[in-house]
Amino acid sequence: MRLVILDEYDLASEWAAKYIRNRIIQFQPCAERYFTLGLPTGSTPYGCYQKLIEYYRSGDISFKYVKTFNMDEYVGLPRAHPESYHSYMWNNFFKHIDIDPANAHILDGNVEDLEAECQAYEQKIAEAGGIELFVGGIGPDGHIAFNEPGSSLVSRTRVKTLAKDTIVANARFFGNDLSKVPTMALTVGVGTVMDAKEVMILITGAHKAFALYKAIEEGVNHMWTVSAFQQHPRTIFVCDEDATLELRVKTVKYFKGNSNNICCHCFLLWTSRNCSQ
Amino acid sequence: MPSNKSVSDAPITQFINCRILRDHQLQREDLWVRDGRILDPEKLFFDEQGYADKRVDCEGSIIAPGFIDVQINGGYGIDFSQASEDVVAGISFVAKKILEHGVTSFCPTLVTSPPAVYHKVLPQVKVHNGGAHGAGVLGFHLEGPFISLEKKGAHPEQFLRTFRSGGIEDVMEAYGSLDNVAMVTLAPELASSQSVVRELSKRGITVSLGHSVANLAQAEEAVKHGASFITHLFNAMLPFHHRDPGIVGLLTSDQVPAGRTVYYGMIADGIHTNPAALRIAHRAHPSGLVLVTDAITAMGLPPGRHTLGQQVIEIQGLNAYVAGCSVEEALEAASLHPAQLLGISHKKGNLDYGSDADLVLLDDGLNVSATYISGDEVWRRGP
Repeated sequence: MRLVILDEYDLASEWAAKYIRNRIIQFQPCAERYFTLGLPTGSTPYGCYQKLIEYYRSGDISFKYVKTFNMDEYVGLPRAHPESYHSYMWNNFFKHIDIDPANAHILDGNVEDLEAECQAYEQKIAEAGGIELFVGGIGPDGHIAFNEPGSSLVSRTRVKTLAKDTIVANARFFGNDLSKVPTMALTVGVGTVMDAKEVMILITGAHKAFALYKAIEEGVNHMWTVSAFQQHPRTIFVCDEDATLELRVKTVKYFKGNSNNICCHCFLLWTSRNCSQ
Repeated sequence: MPSNKSVSDAPITQFINCRILRDHQLQREDLWVRDGRILDPEKLFFDEQGYADKRVDCEGSIIAPGFIDVQINGGYGIDFSQASEDVVAGISFVAKKILEHGVTSFCPTLVTSPPAVYHKVLPQVKVHNGGAHGAGVLGFHLEGPFISLEKKGAHPEQFLRTFRSGGIEDVMEAYGSLDNVAMVTLAPELASSQSVVRELSKRGITVSLGHSVANLAQAEEAVKHGASFITHLFNAMLPFHHRDPGIVGLLTSDQVPAGRTVYYGMIADGIHTNPAALRIAHRAHPSGLVLVTDAITAMGLPPGRHTLGQQVIEIQGLNAYVAGCSVEEALEAASLHPAQLLGISHKKGNLDYGSDADLVLLDDGLNVSATYISGDEVWRRGP
């Protein structure tokens, strides 16, 4: 695991966005070989999306040969609802970049047969050649996507009932009215994300600190599903100082020291312009 | 990149680098158009997996809904109230010229005239959409002849009328036909006027109060029967008085039926109304303000003698535009409010998804740089 610690939210967002940008550029995607990217929603990745849009606008990157797969979507929420994850992705990312709409995949929570939708999604990921880089966040209860505490660590895309914690956390987007928050969602499984070649988890803010501690300093545990990535060969946790507040000083010092050393060692195929990041 | 053919073959245009008027605010958003209408790009993306065929770089311009002028008597040498042999040509000529001012729809206005004029002119011009040929015609605005003698203004006295026989019969006798009529201005203190107001409103014609010495009670009565507009507020009516505000009092009247709005036309040239009076009206009732030109034959022409209906007038000097509110409010007073007044705001006067793509591109000084009707560019300012 790599743990990258930046001073604060904006720097963490920038680091993550640069990482995604550099990975796509290095991959050299083309019509025969698309770069597949898994994407999250929520307040944590917002800054990262803003930065990616900036890099697109300045000509540093194109999403023409990028396929995206979002992690989750509510069940039963109209697609045009301002809080649907379709709306989030359109307003905060897709409408600002040059991605082909046919390559932007989000689970549809309004179909008749939710099971079939989930299976079809797994199928689409397989047909795209698997996910190259899956970007995710973490809930205060340590969940990845909507894999709530108790989710199987080898789960696949499926329907999930949301935990009370999650519903309360989301109420702020629904006028603080708990009754308006959707109670079910479609989500990629822990196993689905584990299949990706590389996983990058964004964690910012003091309210996520305990979850980060549980995810990386305690054991692999289905009550804190992000802990599953301890067993993935290539995971990066990108966080700000506040998110490290529950970690051991020793852990933080180790990874901060690492960052200084490996900054230029990784990504051997970078051009010098990218290396200095 | 081609648009998705499964839903529609029509090309999709995306206006970028612009600020659009939406939800009463100028927002930095792209505007999408297909088939002459504003398109929802999010639906296009997810439902059709479609994208733009063509991008128009607006270079930072403001995009507002095309302006709607509900009171314009002519211009550029044309007088709509003259029973000329070719009314259609005259209206078309003006329709084309006003594109330069961002006007995409209008109501050609006829001042008080003898029946012969109405009978000749009205049947010749149908309600029709605009295009490269000129702004769309929403229907005639008939200002008079059922107005007050004391407040005739520039209207010819000899052709004023009252409701003699029973209201609507007089109306039909004077005008001949109401088929292409969008609005009628009348004085509500005239006897038997209330039944006329009711009847016209029932037929979907906007009834406006003007050129009148009505008191507030008479004006409120007319509103209850369906009147919804005031023709050039302050002009040709009794002045505001604190014990009887007259027609002006409608702006804050509590007798206006629930769910209805009384709109009022303002000629904001700084001459017809003192800017301070304009601001009082706007602050009292901002959502009812409708900007009109009340332009006459002489608009766009040099000073001299011109006709206005049956009269001859002299023109001296220039007009000045006076703004007294925010940019968004001013733009809405020239587009959204007239559309709401005429009951066409489901397709005109705004940039909502599904509305007609009648647009005006403006710079920060609100000068028109281009005009679009149904998504096609119909005028662009030269370099």
